[in-house]
Amino acid sequence: MDREALIRRLEEITGPQGVISERNQLRTYECDGLANFRVVPSVVVLPETADQAQGVVRACHEAGVPFVARGSGTGLSGGALPVSDGVLIVLARMRRILEVDLDNQRAVVEPGVLNLQVTKEVAGDGFYYAPDPSSQQVCSIGGNVAENSGGAHCLKYGFTTNHVTGLEVVLPDGELVHLGGGKAPDPPGYDLLGAFVGSEGTLGIATTVTLRLLRKPEAVRTLLAAFEGTDQAGDAVSRIIGAGIVPAAIEMMDALAMEAAEAAVHVHYPEGAGAVLVVELDGPEAEVAHQFDEVERLCQEAGSTTIQIAEDDDQRALFWKGRKSAFAAVGRISPDYYVQDGVIPRTALPEVLRRITELADERGLRVANVFHAGDGNLHPLVLYDGEVEGQEQRAEELSAEILYTCLDHGGSITGEHGVGFDKKQYLPKQFSAEDLDTMQLVRCAFDPDGRANPGKVFPTPRLCGERPGPRRVHPVEQAGLAEVF
Amino acid sequence: MGTQELEQGGLVGPAPAGTAVDGVPVARLARPGSVEEASQVLRAAAEDGLAVVFAGGASKLGLGNPPERADLLVSSERLDQVLEHAAGDLVVRAQAGVRLADLQAALAPAGQWLALDPPEPRATVGGVVAANASGPRRLRYGTVRDLIIGITVVLADGTVAHAGGKVVKNVAGYDLAKLFCGSLGTLGMIAEVIFRLHPLPAAAAVVTLEVEEPAQAGRAVQRLLRSPLEPSAVELVVDEWGWPGRLTTVFEGIQPGVEAQATAAAELLGQVGSAAVAGPGQTDAALSQLGALPFEKAELAFKATFPPAELPAVLAELRGRGPLRWGGSLRAHAGTGVLWLASDAREGELPADSPAVPRMVGWVTEARERLAARGGGLVVVKAPPHLKGQVDAWGPAGDALGLMRRVKERFDPDRRMSPGRFVGGI
Repeated sequence: MDREALIRRLEEITGPQGVISERNQLRTYECDGLANFRVVPSVVVLPETADQAQGVVRACHEAGVPFVARGSGTGLSGGALPVSDGVLIVLARMRRILEVDLDNQRAVVEPGVLNLQVTKEVAGDGFYYAPDPSSQQVCSIGGNVAENSGGAHCLKYGFTTNHVTGLEVVLPDGELVHLGGGKAPDPPGYDLLGAFVGSEGTLGIATTVTLRLLRKPEAVRTLLAAFEGTDQAGDAVSRIIGAGIVPAAIEMMDALAMEAAEAAVHVHYPEGAGAVLVVELDGPEAEVAHQFDEVERLCQEAGSTTIQIAEDDDQRALFWKGRKSAFAAVGRISPDYYVQDGVIPRTALPEVLRRITELADERGLRVANVFHAGDGNLHPLVLYDGEVEGQEQRAEELSAEILYTCLDHGGSITGEHGVGFDKKQYLPKQFSAEDLDTMQLVRCAFDPDGRANPGKVFPTPRLCGERPGPRRVHPVEQAGLAEVF
Repeated sequence: MGTQELEQGGLVGPAPAGTAVDGVPVARLARPGSVEEASQVLRAAAEDGLAVVFAGGASKLGLGNPPERADLLVSSERLDQVLEHAAGDLVVRAQAGVRLADLQAALAPAGQWLALDPPEPRATVGGVVAANASGPRRLRYGTVRDLIIGITVVLADGTVAHAGGKVVKNVAGYDLAKLFCGSLGTLGMIAEVIFRLHPLPAAAAVVTLEVEEPAQAGRAVQRLLRSPLEPSAVELVVDEWGWPGRLTTVFEGIQPGVEAQATAAAELLGQVGSAAVAGPGQTDAALSQLGALPFEKAELAFKATFPPAELPAVLAELRGRGPLRWGGSLRAHAGTGVLWLASDAREGELPADSPAVPRMVGWVTEARERLAARGGGLVVVKAPPHLKGQVDAWGPAGDALGLMRRVKERFDPDRRMSPGRFVGGI
């Protein structure tokens, strides 16, 4: 099918208002939150219902055209980067909250619903939706499902995958299936829901999402503790975890990140601090009160220079605003920067931070560090000036070296931003060829033609017809006539 | 190299007399002691075209449908090492054959535990993953899918593959660990697992409520779920299917916290019936009995699942029907929509020619329809083989069954991994 025919077909499905094919308009969609990579898609289509979304995918299948799904386009790994000969399916118009069932603590929503909108919908009844990525005001639930989004509070509450209990999915051939039990637990069969969440759009498109709602905690208490440096702050984190306390969140920022955040949102961080921790506890009043005192004491024992306790929700919001705006705020102290996302075992933090500093010094660059300290998820922000000859390349190298450092310590190349387009070349550093081939078996079951978000996550996927397997010993080799080096 | 060569090496041997999976005899047994040996065994089995079944603590061999074929039983009993406990990171890596009880004992000195409490005393960690076993505290901690962060598997052709890793937060690659949760040996062998851990609670408090009838149980559970209280477990027990039953609510954490919560819960539940905070001796007794399923000697057992708010309706509908007519027992993880039913027919008391058999088959069909209408289902978790021949253990798997079959075909194209035990004959 040629492009014009496909456009006509798509217009039949969504109406002409749902299809964008003018080059200038298409450029709006050429990148997601990672603007380094840009590709103009062939067509953009904005379905308004699950039926339309299914129709669109089926049309792509029949035309043999690849497609990429996009929610709000806030992803930071290029997961929603279009393909030039493909259709970009934007789910942003599917914004209905279909059902709120408080007796079963579930909400059923369309993929374009914004993360924070879910909490707003049920807050009056004392409930909320737990995963809270920093972009929660604008990012969509469908995108959260694709990326298995985390957030500051996943230390205690887990990730999107722990809070999605049912999905309606359009498979790449247009078939509609339901994964997970929805409101009932333990559905019989494979946990395909678990495989789908975090698959970055490579297995199909979620058209309806069932979410777990949590009762708002009785008490929330937050403190901001300043330390001489990240070592002392890291020590405080170790003491808190070692005491058997699971805070809702423990976030760390180093001096450079504070400087940026201060310039943007005026949190009034203590003068001269080398690191701050934001520690939040939530839960039943009596438990929180007791453990909060303990956290305060542990921070002091670890050498905290000042501790500020949020007196009210406004002050708590300010502590968080500093943290959540840190990425964008770095723009105030550096013309350009890379946002990195890596994970290490939390206990390796001091060692890894020292290594990052060394690596940065070697290249004459600065790195601002922001991290989810409780679970070892680092977000080093590599600062550079694209106008200065060679800096961008050195910054890119440094970003890569930071990931290798994470892997050397038994960590991961991504904790929440996803592999997407950006990091696919690093995936083989974390997993063996056999591991990746095995993941590919899942891909081939869902998408044998490889049309859902092609070119993402996996660097060089096998074709689905190929049969991977253990390396066979060649007869010549077996006979001792040759050796393999 | 086929299994014969491995027999010479002692890795594969004849299975002890009487070895069977759900009534299907198995002639040969392999007990690999490392991932490499497991890979050798599965590669040899592939060479010989053998159908392979797996066992950990062998407590769930009766789950699912009987295998169509079973030539080789691969036991994880020699894979019994806790490989790494990173206490500061709240992570443990263990071989699949480690018994859950042994793992908990190894973690306890560091004040940590794996937050899973299935009732089977022999359960191994690999078996818990394969069977998706859970217990009362799933209300607070979720199930094994929520706690597993990494896995090493051996596929049908001997390929060794890993997914996830040693860090809790990790979105690199597909989450194959979840895919293997509950897969019951149909995708390959689970060799190693990595879990996130939780602090061991220092104190516990228990609140009990007598419940006279289903509607009251439903009201009590809803009150708890709508409150800001955070119980670890809310268990409903009705013995011999005779009301009144007992609702046990457990709080775990630090002493001042659990005391305050138990007092608040007793007050809250006091509006529904006669509720009381258990004394110290009663607390220990309640905790030691928590989650024990009355299945040990029962001939028939079922797991019903449904949206939690349907609890009273499900209880009312099942009352006085089927196996329960004979005075079976019931336990519900009441806040989560999981309900276990056991008949009081003892093992061997339901021979193939018993007139009760067709009634049972009819009851399963009817119960499935009723539960499906409420968004749930019914799994036969224990039944004599002759009954299993007449009724599918799992019930309908929904519109994703075709996709599940395609996943199975990719992982096990020759259909040799526990063939037939899973949903839809997978």
